[in-house]
Amino acid sequence: MSAIAHDETVNSKGILSGLLELRDLPDWFREQQHAAWEKFESIPRPTRKDQPWRFSNVDLLDLAPFKLSGTVSDQARAAILEQSNGLDEVAARLVFAGDQLLERDVVSEQLSKRGVIFQPLERAMVEHADLFRKYFMSTEVSLGSAKFAALHQALVSTGTFLFVPRGVEIDQPIEIFHWLAGENATVFPHLLLVTDELAKVTVIEHFRSLDRNQRGFACGVNDLLAGPGAKVTYVCAQNWGDNVVALQMNTTAVDHDASAMSLNLNLGSRYSRFESLSRLVGEGARSDLLAVAVATNEQEFDARTLQDHISPHTASDLLYKNALDDRARCTFGGLIRVEPHAHFTDAYQKVRNLLLSDDSEANSMPGLEILADNVRCTHGATSGQINEEEMFYLRSRGIPVPVAQRLIVTGFLNEVVQRLDQAAIADYLNQLIDRKFAHSR
Amino acid sequence: MNELRVENLHVAIGDQQIVRGLSLAVPRGEVHAVMGPNGSGKSTLAKVMAGHPDYHVTKGKITMDSEDLLALEPDDRARKGLFLAFQYPSEVPGVTIANFLRAALQSRLPEGEEMEATEYYAKLYEKMELLGMDRSFTSRAVNEGFSGGEKKRTEILQLAMLEPKYAVLDETDSGLDIDALKTVAHGVNSLRGSKIGILLITHYQRILNYIVPDHVHVMVQGRIVRSGGKELALELEERGYDWARAGADEPVLTR
Repeated sequence: MSAIAHDETVNSKGILSGLLELRDLPDWFREQQHAAWEKFESIPRPTRKDQPWRFSNVDLLDLAPFKLSGTVSDQARAAILEQSNGLDEVAARLVFAGDQLLERDVVSEQLSKRGVIFQPLERAMVEHADLFRKYFMSTEVSLGSAKFAALHQALVSTGTFLFVPRGVEIDQPIEIFHWLAGENATVFPHLLLVTDELAKVTVIEHFRSLDRNQRGFACGVNDLLAGPGAKVTYVCAQNWGDNVVALQMNTTAVDHDASAMSLNLNLGSRYSRFESLSRLVGEGARSDLLAVAVATNEQEFDARTLQDHISPHTASDLLYKNALDDRARCTFGGLIRVEPHAHFTDAYQKVRNLLLSDDSEANSMPGLEILADNVRCTHGATSGQINEEEMFYLRSRGIPVPVAQRLIVTGFLNEVVQRLDQAAIADYLNQLIDRKFAHSR
Repeated sequence: MNELRVENLHVAIGDQQIVRGLSLAVPRGEVHAVMGPNGSGKSTLAKVMAGHPDYHVTKGKITMDSEDLLALEPDDRARKGLFLAFQYPSEVPGVTIANFLRAALQSRLPEGEEMEATEYYAKLYEKMELLGMDRSFTSRAVNEGFSGGEKKRTEILQLAMLEPKYAVLDETDSGLDIDALKTVAHGVNSLRGSKIGILLITHYQRILNYIVPDHVHVMVQGRIVRSGGKELALELEERGYDWARAGADEPVLTR
């Protein structure tokens, strides 16, 4: 891709220089953006002394070098579209580069007739203003990145709005690509997913860089709302280039008898932080929080989570697994909070780190805050190395050490991937994991 | 010469000598049984042949078709044709039997050559049928949550798929009920022939009713103390290991 390493974008305004007024966006949205920008400027940059940023490499969050993405060149556009290959079968698709929508495969006529809305943000905020305004960034980002959520809100100009009405089940996954293209480019991926009662949908987002060596900054927000009895599955395959600094803020709200499952696969970037707030809002709600990371070289993955049980008879289950090699670092800070009325809560939290090198480092800070009775909660974080007997067993079958190590690691991570219970997506994610191993060894 | 040969082998874990001057040779085409009481060093022998890193050969040598095995890494030994069926096979969480065996077979192919998937599965299903294993087994993680019998069957399935020149079966009979034992023995017997030499390590005579050996060696305190034909196993069963120990004053060299 080095042939198109130059001039992918036309604009080159620094992101810290303020708001762009290029796009024709509604006034109310503009006003929100101005307010967000002020908020961004008023909140100080995080330091390591801030509890939510403990162990984080905050020095990497210098945003001065990064530029607002403009229009991608025809060449870059063609390359991006050619490489936007994910799952074999999808219900619909959007491809974004920077803050530009490149391609859109709409949902079937049947689904749109039943009221499914799958639109870029800038259209949804006009055509479905009430619905959009009700949910757009409606929950305060509280796990450390309020500053960056404000930045996102100030600068976001496109993204995905998906609404699945009452009783509509979409069988195939909906797929969204976000690409970074250009040196010091930025991207503000946004997903707002709203499901009504008994709706069912799976969304997969792919985060990628056109040139894996270029520096870039990604600052994304995804908000998932599962209506009563709805079933929402969200998968993010994060595979930004090696010199990208990325932040992703998630809020999941689960209404009564609904279930939400999210899986974040972390493969790319130099530093990637993921904040996830799961709110069990209605009785009988369930949330599964899954994450898998393969961290190599100097990569740092930084996860902060809150499983917030607001109603009784709710369940949440967090399982994060990281494989760390070289000098890579993984940080986990997670809290289970059971609020005073949330009796009969089941909440689990498990973080497992597999250390493949002596220099890799994992820090886990699990926490519990229980204010209700009759609650079942467990949490635990472990770090370990590959079991020697297991390694010997594989070698005794003729499998060479690097292959044996890859098998053991993918097997370790596969437990998480299989929880999705969606074979096509699991196969796809496992392929990405395999490919990372093939490149790093 | 086409044989798996152990000469005057001494093995230690830490300061403790486990095998003390053991010699035996298994030619291809034959089945040899090594019988011995607990603590005689049988499993150590098996593991040291496969190259387990915890055991140190302090003296002696092991060769496979005249090639020095001890100079090879465990995975090299396996690719050159040695197989160990473990007494306690490891679990490999998240790795299915199909993927595990595929990786093992792939590692035997020259670089760049890919295995043919249909042929692979046809062979896998054939061998599973032989061992009375359901096809759904292929998508289960290796040994994870398996019963003792399932683990042993999986070991023999691997043996059948990898087609080694020499196989060391370490107490493959332990923990098996009679039906499972018969199935496993049937699997092993179907692999017998001129292309493979088998070293069957066991505590009990029972399995030898089903896998009839060409030679029997009795191992006590890290040495072979008696060798003979298949009738030696029955004699040992009758007289007990004390009788065998009584003959241990002079190490018996076979072949």
